[in-house]
Amino acid sequence: MAAPAARPGAAADRLASLALPAGGAWATEARRAARQRLLEMGLPGRRDEYWRWTDPSTLTAAEPPRAATFDPREPMPFEAVDRVKLVFADGVFDAAASGAPAAAGVEIERLAEAAARDIHWARDLYGRLEAAGQTPVPRPLAALNTATAADGILIRATGRVAKPVALAYLHRSETSDAVLHHVIRVEPGAELTVLESGPAAARCNMGMEVEVADGGVFHHVRVQGRDHERRAATHIFARLGRGARLKSFTLTKNGVLTRNEAVIELAGDGAVAHVAGASLGDGTFHHDDTVFITHGAVGCESRQVFKKVLRNGATGVFQGKILVRPGAQQTDGYQISQALLLDEASQFLAKPELEIYADDVKCSHGSTSGAIDETALFYLRARGLPRAEATDLLVLAFVAEALDEIEDEGLREEIRVRLEGWLARHRR
Amino acid sequence: MLEIRNLHVRLEEEDKAILKGVDLSVAAGSVHAIMGPNGSGKSTLSYVLAGREGYVVTEGSATLDGRDLLALEPEERAAAGLFLAFQYPVEIPGVGNMTFLRTAVNAQRKARGEPEMSAAEFLKAVREKARALNIDAEMLKRPVNVGFSGGEKKRNEILQMAMLEPRMCILDETDSGLDVDAMRLVADGVNALRSEGRAFLVITHYQRLLDHIVPDVVHIMADGRIVRSGGPELARQVEEQGYADILAEVA
Repeated sequence: MAAPAARPGAAADRLASLALPAGGAWATEARRAARQRLLEMGLPGRRDEYWRWTDPSTLTAAEPPRAATFDPREPMPFEAVDRVKLVFADGVFDAAASGAPAAAGVEIERLAEAAARDIHWARDLYGRLEAAGQTPVPRPLAALNTATAADGILIRATGRVAKPVALAYLHRSETSDAVLHHVIRVEPGAELTVLESGPAAARCNMGMEVEVADGGVFHHVRVQGRDHERRAATHIFARLGRGARLKSFTLTKNGVLTRNEAVIELAGDGAVAHVAGASLGDGTFHHDDTVFITHGAVGCESRQVFKKVLRNGATGVFQGKILVRPGAQQTDGYQISQALLLDEASQFLAKPELEIYADDVKCSHGSTSGAIDETALFYLRARGLPRAEATDLLVLAFVAEALDEIEDEGLREEIRVRLEGWLARHRR
Repeated sequence: MLEIRNLHVRLEEEDKAILKGVDLSVAAGSVHAIMGPNGSGKSTLSYVLAGREGYVVTEGSATLDGRDLLALEPEERAAAGLFLAFQYPVEIPGVGNMTFLRTAVNAQRKARGEPEMSAAEFLKAVREKARALNIDAEMLKRPVNVGFSGGEKKRNEILQMAMLEPRMCILDETDSGLDVDAMRLVADGVNALRSEGRAFLVITHYQRLLDHIVPDVVHIMADGRIVRSGGPELARQVEEQGYADILAEVA
């Protein structure tokens, strides 16, 4: 596919003025290459096929719109979990607030430090999975991320990692603009859990590249929440080897604009990838899940499970694709995207896509949007549940399928409690 | 206990009268049955009493222990002691049967200003009552009514009734879709709950359920009114002669 030329005017100026972070032997090369990709692709615009429903202008502008910080008066997620806690405030690493970056079975470093070294394992991954994920659909914000991220965390799991690595993103300044890029490698047979939480900044652009080698397991649970005015663009690029497993779940609450992209390649036979999300929006909330899963080997399984609860004019977008390459026989692909519209002002836009070039394939997809089931609501009320409580119970039931994708029971319970908290705060 | 006076009800969506002046008085400790042909308004009466949307009361009143039922939300009616066993129990995927039961029990207790039931207390009570209704642990764990057979759904309704301990129980065609064994289980469950302070209104099309739950009073409903009342023998008369003769008599 020919990359469109950079658009004239403000966008060209913005690209021309891009400054790359200083320092970093191998990283500098990767950043230059990413900038070149970006210049060829141009910034995303509303005419681009995958940006028709989400306006990227505030994500690509030189300065982020102001975003007030917000305290929902509940503790940050995962506080009760025994974890390696690494804190970024407005996109800047906060060593004082962070725990020791060490646990059995894992090496953890900062990108800012590792980039200065000549030889590093991350060199073979940084910007590589992102670059591979640019075809067939260009993802300019991911190239922007690779080019301009000065920091992030590099995690290499060599065994069964004793505790999760938790990245906590604090938002303190109303004008902060965070760009972080994480690289994760799960070595053969190793197992790692990464947790992410917090609003991060007024605007954030997050990139994560994950290589899960043969037989490796990667769990990812993310909570994007709190601040109503924050904006975020995130990308996960993952490649899975033979028998590798990836499970990623995202809870999104509030946020004027969130675009979460996941680009996953099942490269080894028998690999399994599950990507799930639950998003809760009230009022000026625009949430976009854009997922691209490629089956490139035999006997792989993929699941996409996305549930959105929308009220007071909130908007949900889902663009999910399953691509089955020639030869990827015995593929098992499943995709469901559903919205619960709590009023008529809210809307859900969905584009499920299947593209299949193998013949021994089982692929299913479904997309629905609907209101609360009045019959069920009456049944619950007739048993004594007040309307608000009954509605919350039905909302929780609606998102249950996505929540079930979190394997760890404790984490699943924590997410459920947070969902309940949000529902209680947003009752009418 | 339950007093219904000259109740007139029409559908909200269309100008169609369903109940055309129902009078009914059910005393504590008694079992009343309402029989009648399809379309006579039996189920509408049960829904209106429970507070389902879609109906407009145009005239008359319904009180429970002197409280105006029609002014209450469905959950307030439940907390006041009214229970409707649904003709078609609703499937609720994603909500565990136990969670649902416990939430309901405690919501009602909270509404009445009573202390909530502890987890241990609840578990003990539910196990005991479930056993009597032949409901196993697996059924309690599954989502509410999802994948339940017709009989399982009806037994689940009776379990809810047993846990919620309502004062006024309305059973809407609880016998529909039940085989003989299931009907006996359900009837035993109901009979076990019969007591001085509790009343039942059993709505049914057929007499057979009334062989197991023997009523004190039987009412025949037709075209939105109770047209005849009598003892248990009235149910047997329906069984033998059908509704046509009885309706012809009162016409």
